[in-house]
This record gives sequence, structure tokens and C-alpha cells, in this order.
Amino acid sequence: MSSDAGSPVGRRVFLGLLGLGAVGVATGSTLSEWYQELAKNDPTGLASVLPGGGGWRYYTVTGEYPSRTHAEYSLNVGGLVDRPFTLTYDELVALPPTRLDRDFQCVTGWRVADVKWQGVRLADLLDRAGVQADGTALRFTCFDGEYTESLTLDQARRPDVIVAYELDGKPIGSDHGGPVRLYVASMYGYKSAKWLDNIEVTRKVIPGYWEERGYDIDAWVGDSNGRNDEQT
Amino acid sequence: MNRPDRAAVVATAPPARLPRFTRAERVTHWVNATLWFVCIATGAMFRFGIGQSLITDRGLARNIHVIAGLGILAAFLVAVVGRWGAALRRDLARFNRFSRDDMRWLRTFGGDRKVRLGKFNPGQKLNATFIGAAAVVLAATGSIMKWNQPFSTDLRTGADFVHGWFAVFVGIAVFGHIVMAFRDREALSGMVGGTVSAKWARDHRPAWFAETQAPPEGEDPVSAGGSVPVDA
Repeated sequence: MSSDAGSPVGRRVFLGLLGLGAVGVATGSTLSEWYQELAKNDPTGLASVLPGGGGWRYYTVTGEYPSRTHAEYSLNVGGLVDRPFTLTYDELVALPPTRLDRDFQCVTGWRVADVKWQGVRLADLLDRAGVQADGTALRFTCFDGEYTESLTLDQARRPDVIVAYELDGKPIGSDHGGPVRLYVASMYGYKSAKWLDNIEVTRKVIPGYWEERGYDIDAWVGDSNGRNDEQT
Repeated sequence: MNRPDRAAVVATAPPARLPRFTRAERVTHWVNATLWFVCIATGAMFRFGIGQSLITDRGLARNIHVIAGLGILAAFLVAVVGRWGAALRRDLARFNRFSRDDMRWLRTFGGDRKVRLGKFNPGQKLNATFIGAAAVVLAATGSIMKWNQPFSTDLRTGADFVHGWFAVFVGIAVFGHIVMAFRDREALSGMVGGTVSAKWARDHRPAWFAETQAPPEGEDPVSAGGSVPVDA
């Protein structure tokens, strides 16, 4: 054995891999941005399946995807309004639709390009309810029983804020927050509350689930949360 | 070295099978394999949604993933310390050292049949080294993802990126490892029953075969048997 003990290649490979991991953690955010640029032009679609290449991640704060059928679903609009109302799924879908074709950017870094959304403008629902003079903000609650979100009234009236029921031409599934979720196109994904079932007009902004845990209340993509992503 | 009486014993009664892995090593291997399998299965579920309908409770699946992953390191530590870890510690030292024959084997992609390999071929050494480093990197990046509060979103994204890519290569390595095991049944039986045929050892691992036929240097019978008089 002592005549040819050999070189400690194993140790070098082991330490080299640990170093690679550490460098990857430090630079992975930048690397995945480059990689996603490449993945956009990959005709095979393989690049988007591999790590960092984009594609949806499914988050839930409760550990499960709550599910509600179209028949069971209803949306309440209330709070500081003149005419509170409840819509069934069918009634919501029957309202004049708005289509948005925008990227979806998560605050943790991943981005899905060119997502096709369909829904009803939040502004239309607010007009129908008649916001009272002292109402300046909205609070969204969800039927997972945990998640909440907020918007100012001005943000909520933007034309790119919709109560969405279709994603890429299909009814929104439970994993994506269906049957109905919020979609705030210009803000980070946590604003687009999944499993939305209640909209309340409030006197002032009440920070939502992640905002109580340190995320910015005004969640503009590229101009909040210390990030500089390209706008969606 | 070979005294006449030893040569005579070998000539008259060649051992049909040689011990390759101790019971402790085999238990370690199969516990390790089981934990990796659990991690790969639950990980694939998160990433690709495979089998998602089987486990609807993602919180539970995630806890299983984290416990199994950290369990890989814990099980290894238990296996390597103490008296039962002696054989594993010797094999870890073998993984580290690459002889001149090993380097030639690597340069010829295993094509040079004249190389005299030790207990493991360099592919096995690299596989073991990679899996060991991956276990550390995946545990570290996974911990950043799980206990993420102290980390910036850039580091979280980097950890996610590294975790994903190491997982891909672990998948490839494990798949290759299983394919190789089934192509070389004798090597597989070394990890199942603990022994291999003497013929296999002579043909495929000649340097190790020679070692098993002569007491290794530094462990001469006198010092190794130092405690014999007490026991007797």
C-alpha cells in the first residue's frame, strides 16, 4: 500500500464541490438571470425545466392547496362601500373580461414569461360596489384561511389589476390559486393573492401576510424589496 | 513473503468468496440509499408535480424531505464513529487515494484492461465522493431555503439554484450507480450479502485481491494480536 498510496484526488474533488456550492449560492441569482435569457431562446423547452430556467413554483402558506369547485365558490366585496355584493363563479365570468399578457415575477427570483391571464378589472368591481369617501385601501382575504394582501385604492384601480379566473387559456387550477385569484401585473407575485374570496374596502392599508413578515407593502417589480428585476 | 505453508493452504482450499463489506457498511449503504430515495421522490414531487395527487399535504411532504435529507448526514456520522465504523473509515481513505493505475483507468475511460485496480475503481471513488459532497451542499442550501429569514433574497435564490443543480446531478449519479450495479451482479452481491467471488476479485480488483491474500503492511500478526494473551 505504501508503495503506491496515490494522490489525494478524492479530497480535492470533495472540497472543490463544496467550493462550487458556495460560489453557486453567492452568484446563483445572477447566473439564473443569464440562464433565463438563454432559456427564452431555447426551442426544445428543456432549459426551462432545468433549475433556474424559469417555470412555475407553487407556494402555499398553509402546507396545502385548498380546493373549491366553481359551484362552491363565491366572491364577497364589502367594507366601506355603498352596495356590498357577492358574486358566484358564473356571475364573475359573465362580466366584461380583461386579458393581460404579462410576465410573472416572484420576489424569490423566478420569473415566468408571457403568461396569459383573463379576469375582471378590480376597478369595475369597486365601481359596482361604490367606494365610500373614507375608503382608501383594500384588504384581500383568501379561503386557505391564512393568506391576506393589501393594495391602496389608487393601485387597485390600475387597469392591470384583475380578479383572474383563467391562466393560459384554462380555468385556474387549485395549485395556481384557483378558481379565482388576484393578479397585480406590475407587482411581485406575493401581491397576486391566491384563492381569493373576500375583498374589503378599508380606511387604511392593513399589511398582508408577507408584509407582516418583512416584504414591502408597495411591491413594484424592479423597485422594491431591494431587487432590480426588469419590469413585468 | 509467501511462506510455503500459506501457499499450500491457498492451493488446496482456495476461498470461494471474499468478504467485501461488513454488516455495518451494508446497513449504512442501504439506510443511505433509502433516505436518498425519499429525498429524490419528494423533491421530484415539488419540482415537477410528480405524484402530487398521492400526497396532498405538501407541508408533510416537505418535512419528510427535510428530515430525510438531514438524516443522510446524521446516519453517516453515526456510521463513521465508533468501533463499527472502522471498515467504513478504511474505505473512505481508499476513496481519497487515486493510484497511478487509477489515473490511467480514468484517462482511458476504463478501457485499459491491464491496470491493477484496488478495492474500488475510480468511477466508484468519484461517485462516492460526489454523493458525499452533494449531501453536504444540499443540506446547507436546503437549510438556507427552509430557515430563510436571516438570508437576503439573492442568497435564497442562489441556494435554490445550487440545490436544484446538485439535485439534477445526484439523480444522474444515482441512476448510473444503479445501472452499473445491475450490469455487474458480483459487485452488487458484495453490497447485498457482503461477499464477492475470489475469481471476480482477481479479475476485476487484482490489487485488492492481492491485499486480501497477504496481511497488509503495518498490521503484522504480532502487534495485531497484542491482546491475545489477555483474552486467552
